[in-house]
Amino acid sequence: MPKIKLNLITGRTIQQGVSMEGGKEKPAYTAACGIIELDPEDFKKLGVYRNTNVRVTSEYGSVVVKAVDATQGPHPGLGWIPMGPWANMVVNPNTYSTGMPTFKGTPVEVEGAKGEPVWDSLTLVTKACRGEL
Amino acid sequence: MAKTITDVVCPFCGTLCDDLEVGVSDDGKKIIDVYNACAIGAEKFLHSQASDRVTRPRMKQEDGSWKEVSYDEAVEYTATTLAAARKPLMYGWSSTNCEAQAIGTEIGEIVGAVMDNTATVCHGTTLIAVQDVGVPSCTLGEILNRADRIVFWGCNPAHAHPRHMSRYSIFPRGFFTGKGAKGRRMIVVDPRVTDTAKTADMHLQIEQGRDYELLTALRVAFKGEWLPDTVAGIPKKTIYEVADLMKSGRFGIIFFGMGVTQSLSKNHNIDQAICVTRDLNEYTKWNIMPMRGHYNVTGSGEVWGWLHGFPFALDLSRGFARYNPGDTTSNDLLVRDEVDAVFVIGSDPGAHFPNSSVKKIWDLPSICVDPHLTPTTAVCKLHVPVAFVGVETGGCAYRMDNVPIECRKVVDPPEGMMTDLEFLERVTARVRELKGA
Ligand code: SF4
Repeated sequence: MPKIKLNLITGRTIQQGVSMEGGKEKPAYTAACGIIELDPEDFKKLGVYRNTNVRVTSEYGSVVVKAVDATQGPHPGLGWIPMGPWANMVVNPNTYSTGMPTFKGTPVEVEGAKGEPVWDSLTLVTKACRGEL
Repeated sequence: MAKTITDVVCPFCGTLCDDLEVGVSDDGKKIIDVYNACAIGAEKFLHSQASDRVTRPRMKQEDGSWKEVSYDEAVEYTATTLAAARKPLMYGWSSTNCEAQAIGTEIGEIVGAVMDNTATVCHGTTLIAVQDVGVPSCTLGEILNRADRIVFWGCNPAHAHPRHMSRYSIFPRGFFTGKGAKGRRMIVVDPRVTDTAKTADMHLQIEQGRDYELLTALRVAFKGEWLPDTVAGIPKKTIYEVADLMKSGRFGIIFFGMGVTQSLSKNHNIDQAICVTRDLNEYTKWNIMPMRGHYNVTGSGEVWGWLHGFPFALDLSRGFARYNPGDTTSNDLLVRDEVDAVFVIGSDPGAHFPNSSVKKIWDLPSICVDPHLTPTTAVCKLHVPVAFVGVETGGCAYRMDNVPIECRKVVDPPEGMMTDLEFLERVTARVRELKGA
């Protein structure tokens, strides 16, 4: 199965903001933030259908999210996971003595993850802390 | 018939809109509708009414299940945990009012805590840069009335501060900006074609993480000096064009966000951006302002600024105030196992810290004070739900331009629920007893 390499960034979206205020335990939050936005060009290379699950892996961790079309593209080579626990499974935590983890610009690999679930935020974080992921 | 409460302040983002209208039922108990707010602000008010809201503190049991406890028990657990800890971390403070921040700092002083706010993962690097090189800034009102050149660098207000452009920066007509958006020129610098970029006059689709280079190139271009053919993926012709556009305005402003603060180079990016602003003041009037996220993260920096002289990463563990980002900042402390208890209020590190830090909170005695269920409440040992500040209780908050605004209470919290302030006051009293302070 093909794997692609991307540069990952995270940040706010309005759906992230609205669903977060609506309750982080609710499915709307997972739908808004448990995703990765990919450029159509990258979708082609990856060879998976839109709205299917993919695994995103970096040096720092791994997470399953749903791959969707970029809404604020084009940005080939750039992956976007809205800020939240899914992104934070894989971002570069090094602060390089500034206090600020490096949330933007983490090299990641993306591959198809058919049959693997996207956990809701509370389950995801609990499982990660228990070492069950 | 419903009553309408006017001039309500939105307690979500740093824009701190103060023109909301909230329709409440006649008995003043239920919020029926919210007017003027953006989708996020409206949701914040409406979600406070959710029927499945947690209204009593909960303690995590051995088997991972939750048991309801009283506020008295919650106060006791919080006070004893903080008093027993050698170096507790008291983190968050951005979604609560200044009154709670002040009393919380008193607890920090008594127990010798490290106090940190969400700037640590947001504009902390900005604060470092401001200490390095100063900051020429202004208020949002001045921007509304005067600004004719607006730059959004690494920020996307269309999503993160939805009413910023319509209330202050782009669309409104002000005293010297009678033509509204027509009289202003808007430049966006972002690696994605964001919804903000789509409305701009010029969009520089910069290579991610190359902000420092592009900012430096602009400084070169202001002086008309030589540049290579492209810098950070932007052709030099465009850079000269933008430099001229910036110099030609009467009043300019650079708004910047996480695109610069969280990418590599971090505080050095902001150093450069401030120097760009300073250079531009040789030609015309320019200002720079961080797009602060939480509605009162600015306030927590102010409160700690006037109490102890530092706006975040405030270490009181030695009995006097120390500040050393990279050392006294939350993520560094957690990852290096340098704290032995965690208290969180008005923030969600469980969702917004890298997972390596979240795992450490899971292992420690931990308390989360938050009206919502969040990943942080899931990893902490004690969850203390409280009233929503700005909805169910008032208090002071600081807008992103450092203007203090008094939030309004629109409805009562569910019966028997405490506010942040009440809970912290009880904890302070108990901590004093325990420490003999
Ligand atoms: S822009 Fe910010 S402060 Fe204004 S209504 Fe929206 S969330 Fe609230």
